Amino acid sequence: MLDSSEGYTTADGRQIGGVLMEMKNITLRFGGVVAINDISFDIREGEIRAIIGPNGAGKSSMLNVISGFYTPSEGEVFYKGSKRPQMKPFEVARMGVARTFQNIALFEGMTVLDNVMTGRLTHMHSGVFSQALWFGRARDEEMDNREKVERVIDFLEIQNIRKTPVGRLPYGLKKRVELARALAAEPSLLLLDEPMAGMNVEEKEDMSRFILDVNDEFGTTIALIEHDMGVVMDLSDRVVVMDYGKKIGDGTPDEVRGNQDVIDAYLGVSHD
Amino acid sequence: MLYDFLIQPFVDMATAPDFFLQVLWEGLVSGVLYALIALGFVLIFRSSRIFNFAQGIMVVFAALTLVGLHAMGVPAWIAVALTLAVMFVLAVTIERVVLRPLVGQPDIILFMATIGITLFLIGLGETIFGGENKVMISEELGIPTGDTVLEPWGGLLILQHLDITVVVVATLLVAGLLAFLNYTQMGRAIRALGDDHQAALSVGISLQTIWVLVWFIAGIIALVTGIAWGARAGVSFALEVIAYKALPVLMLGGLESITGAIVGGLMIGMLEKLFEIYWGQPFLGGNTETWFAFVLALIVLLFRPQGLFGERIIERV
Repeated sequence: MLDSSEGYTTADGRQIGGVLMEMKNITLRFGGVVAINDISFDIREGEIRAIIGPNGAGKSSMLNVISGFYTPSEGEVFYKGSKRPQMKPFEVARMGVARTFQNIALFEGMTVLDNVMTGRLTHMHSGVFSQALWFGRARDEEMDNREKVERVIDFLEIQNIRKTPVGRLPYGLKKRVELARALAAEPSLLLLDEPMAGMNVEEKEDMSRFILDVNDEFGTTIALIEHDMGVVMDLSDRVVVMDYGKKIGDGTPDEVRGNQDVIDAYLGVSHD
Repeated sequence: MLYDFLIQPFVDMATAPDFFLQVLWEGLVSGVLYALIALGFVLIFRSSRIFNFAQGIMVVFAALTLVGLHAMGVPAWIAVALTLAVMFVLAVTIERVVLRPLVGQPDIILFMATIGITLFLIGLGETIFGGENKVMISEELGIPTGDTVLEPWGGLLILQHLDITVVVVATLLVAGLLAFLNYTQMGRAIRALGDDHQAALSVGISLQTIWVLVWFIAGIIALVTGIAWGARAGVSFALEVIAYKALPVLMLGGLESITGAIVGGLMIGMLEKLFEIYWGQPFLGGNTETWFAFVLALIVLLFRPQGLFGERIIERV
């Protein structure tokens, strides 16, 4: 096990920092169903952390706990060294946690540019009245936001669709716009819920490249859920494996690959 | 007979273009006010999926508060500011007491809740200000009286200064609102919330803040409409009826579309006036303005169920 304050060096020589977020003994129940059963793990600054597992393992529930959409029945979440009180999703967002959704949640009626601009809402400091009258702080902020957003749009190579309403875009591009919106928030933790779901090989390769580039270029810490084992093993520094709400493995991709429980879970050994 | 009904009215329009313009202008002024009220509906519907039945009574309540405050000796412009404050408190209260506990309930329940708000505001208004008709304080607010007479093609066109003011103020209000919605972060947040609640939460939008903001904007619109309509027809609870005129506007324009509300409002205002003057009074005994808009909306709905500008509903089977 790693010490919480010290970092480590990855296989490809990147330096990973201390703990950014720590989940301690998280349990989540819906009535009689235990979606997450006493799980602990941490996410370190600068790393790409994956949560994998078969269908119904509780991965998405875990992501929803991290982003504040679910409140855990038991357990604690530590963020940047201090315990996080119970929070609403928009408050978690304002603390620097941005996310994407498995089933794409974009503002369909708005243009790509406007969608990405909403990502900057967490950085809004000017009041309603200053915005309504369009002076002072609001105006400076709008300029500044616009600049940052354009940079993200360039980075994800979606300049040519800036003014297109999102509802008209194909699936793969929508996923990329969603990533752009999350990135525009300049998050300290970026959560990706199945970023490659439903994509073809080429789109998957593009998305993998973007995820790696984001981590590399901005040093953004990323936690992602993914079905595609191949993709996960290539992308991530450390992997948590879940099955039936329990944690059955945690470590580097190589460590996890050799773990007997993980092999069983994926190949489908009977649970008795 | 058929000629009288189908051709003669158009001949009348062509032979007396000045009178035609006059009718059109009168219709436009009503249309602007219908559009304003419809806009209040659309804003609230887009950001919270609530069909706000209380929009009409908010117009009355705002106008009553303004007149009532002035009657107590408050100077006119301070009364306007205080009325805005009252509308803000109303927005906060509605969000806190009615909307927040009902989050996630079916739409029909929220709709019923707004009927409740309507009845409550009628009661509150009557208790505080009394039920008798009042006169809008137009003079104190500096709304010009008098008229301008134009003589196009040697005819006669009378433009009331009050009506000109109403059109100008309403246009400015709508332009400002559109700019706010389209080019500021708060405006984007309002539009975003209407599109997808979950996604809105994930980018840090607080439902509560936006709802208060939207209801407050609806309150501002209500006040402007109340002043304008009150100056034309006096302030009474009968004003609420004009809010029902917004219903056919919404059917025409669709509940989602701001452009729809504006175009729909203007169209209905002008068409119902034209119909009343050229068809209603000669053939149907007049007073067609009470029902024409609804019939028009129903006919449109036969051919375009989503309204003229509404989002097309495509059911996936």
